[in-house]
Amino acid sequence: MTRDKIIAVLQDVATSQGRKLAPLVDDLRLTECGLDSLSFAIVVANLEDSLGVDPFNSAEWVDFPVTLGDFVKLYDRAVA
Amino acid sequence: MKSLREVIGEFAASSGGGFLERGDNRISVADLLGGTALGQRREQLRDRCVLLSTREQLGSALALVELDGLARRIVLCTPDLTPAQLADVAATADADSIIVDSARELSDLPKIDQYLVSPRLEPSAPPSRRDAATEWILLTSGTTATPKLVAHTFQSLAGSLAAGSLKSSADARIVWSTFYDIRRYGGLQIYLRAVLTGSPLVLSSAGEAANDFFARAAAAGVTHISGTPSHWRRALMSGAAGQLAPQYVRLSGEVADQPLLDSLRAAFPQARIAHAFASTEAGVAFDVDDGLAGFPAEFLGRTTAGVELKIEDGTLRIRSGRNASRYVGAAPAGLRADDGFVDTGDIVELVAGRYHFRGRRGGVINVGGLKVFPEEVESVLNADSRVRMSLVRARRSPITGAVVVADVVLSDPAQTDAGDRIKQELLTACRSSLAAHKVPVVLRIVPALELTAAGKLVRPLA
Repeated sequence: MTRDKIIAVLQDVATSQGRKLAPLVDDLRLTECGLDSLSFAIVVANLEDSLGVDPFNSAEWVDFPVTLGDFVKLYDRAVA
Repeated sequence: MKSLREVIGEFAASSGGGFLERGDNRISVADLLGGTALGQRREQLRDRCVLLSTREQLGSALALVELDGLARRIVLCTPDLTPAQLADVAATADADSIIVDSARELSDLPKIDQYLVSPRLEPSAPPSRRDAATEWILLTSGTTATPKLVAHTFQSLAGSLAAGSLKSSADARIVWSTFYDIRRYGGLQIYLRAVLTGSPLVLSSAGEAANDFFARAAAAGVTHISGTPSHWRRALMSGAAGQLAPQYVRLSGEVADQPLLDSLRAAFPQARIAHAFASTEAGVAFDVDDGLAGFPAEFLGRTTAGVELKIEDGTLRIRSGRNASRYVGAAPAGLRADDGFVDTGDIVELVAGRYHFRGRRGGVINVGGLKVFPEEVESVLNADSRVRMSLVRARRSPITGAVVVADVVLSDPAQTDAGDRIKQELLTACRSSLAAHKVPVVLRIVPALELTAAGKLVRPLA
């Protein structure tokens, strides 16, 4: 399931970057989850490798995800 | 050329409204002209070579106004310098003084006098100006761990801010802010625009959360705001960017791609959105405000505001009065070619009447505005005896523009079974000796790497 994969990658990256994650609930703002921009870039690169999609790199995408729920939805749509 | 302080006196003091804000601290520019943040020891800094190394941006913002026209040389130190890097910079710049905003132990800088800058101003008459211009030194990341020192003057830095445009913009109700640190080129441009036009400038604070900064910027009525594309992606992701209603959104320091420009247009429908090309060495070259990525081909072959562009060997070259003059402590030919053009190293490609940026010559990777030289990362990987060779390259990232990835060939192919453990150990080695943005995001063990006929690694474009 996409969501589980995303959570696992977020946790891995937080560990490797020495960062502490906030509890991962859907309405958590990504900027408040404990990761910096570089960590997010790592998350997106790892997800591209494991899910085979980069939803940010598509023609119709315009809105940046704000919450964890938005982020999961973005990948759900891209994987579907 | 007048000093920064003198120009502020002419243009800004009359408008009266200018201030610098950081957190709860608000310093009016008029107060600064009649006082000193450096205290009674300021005169000792005359003709000195000064490292400006404050934790908060505000201290540097205040000290610059007093040091231009007084010191021989100001070195704007970014807060991420390690003590060893600071010592290297001090030696290269021939520094004899350092300005800090809280007293600190400087055991690596034994022969350097320490001065304190304080946001609590003391009344003081302005210092008399020295005859020669003050050199402003900006730091940029280099191939080694030591930053390069790029020499500018107030004139080359403020040259793009023509006197006429300063006067007219002083009439409008402009409040500036920037995601940049003002000790980097992009941020320094905004600082100069603000103080020279008497416009308020809202500075971010060390360690301030994005949402807190937006709330403060919104409360201060920020109308004009600048940052790198990575800063802006971060802002859009914060969900707090909507608190702002800017009239002007400016991007520079990295390639602005079309999806980001479209996102900003959607988020700020009322704003003028411009992406600028500027670098520490070449200065500000041009602004593009038609909402499209890249820049129109007509920009080449014409001189606009004293800036000439050309393309040679596939990279963009710039000649203007805004160019830096040289690298301090390096051969003079290092920065400008004989014809006076600065090679930006940015590879451009013409597509349907527009030039688009296609990466950096020499493979320099731009991670959120910070440079990474692949060779530096490769040298860490290659230091492990189990590694035969490695190739570090850029991979596109929607968050930071690019990230670093590495392909590694092992000396003993039989060890590939132990690949996962070796990978982890290599990454640990990278983390312990490289800044976080230089550590490969993905490290793959591959059977071989492609070489050119000349036996060099094939370095793909980003």
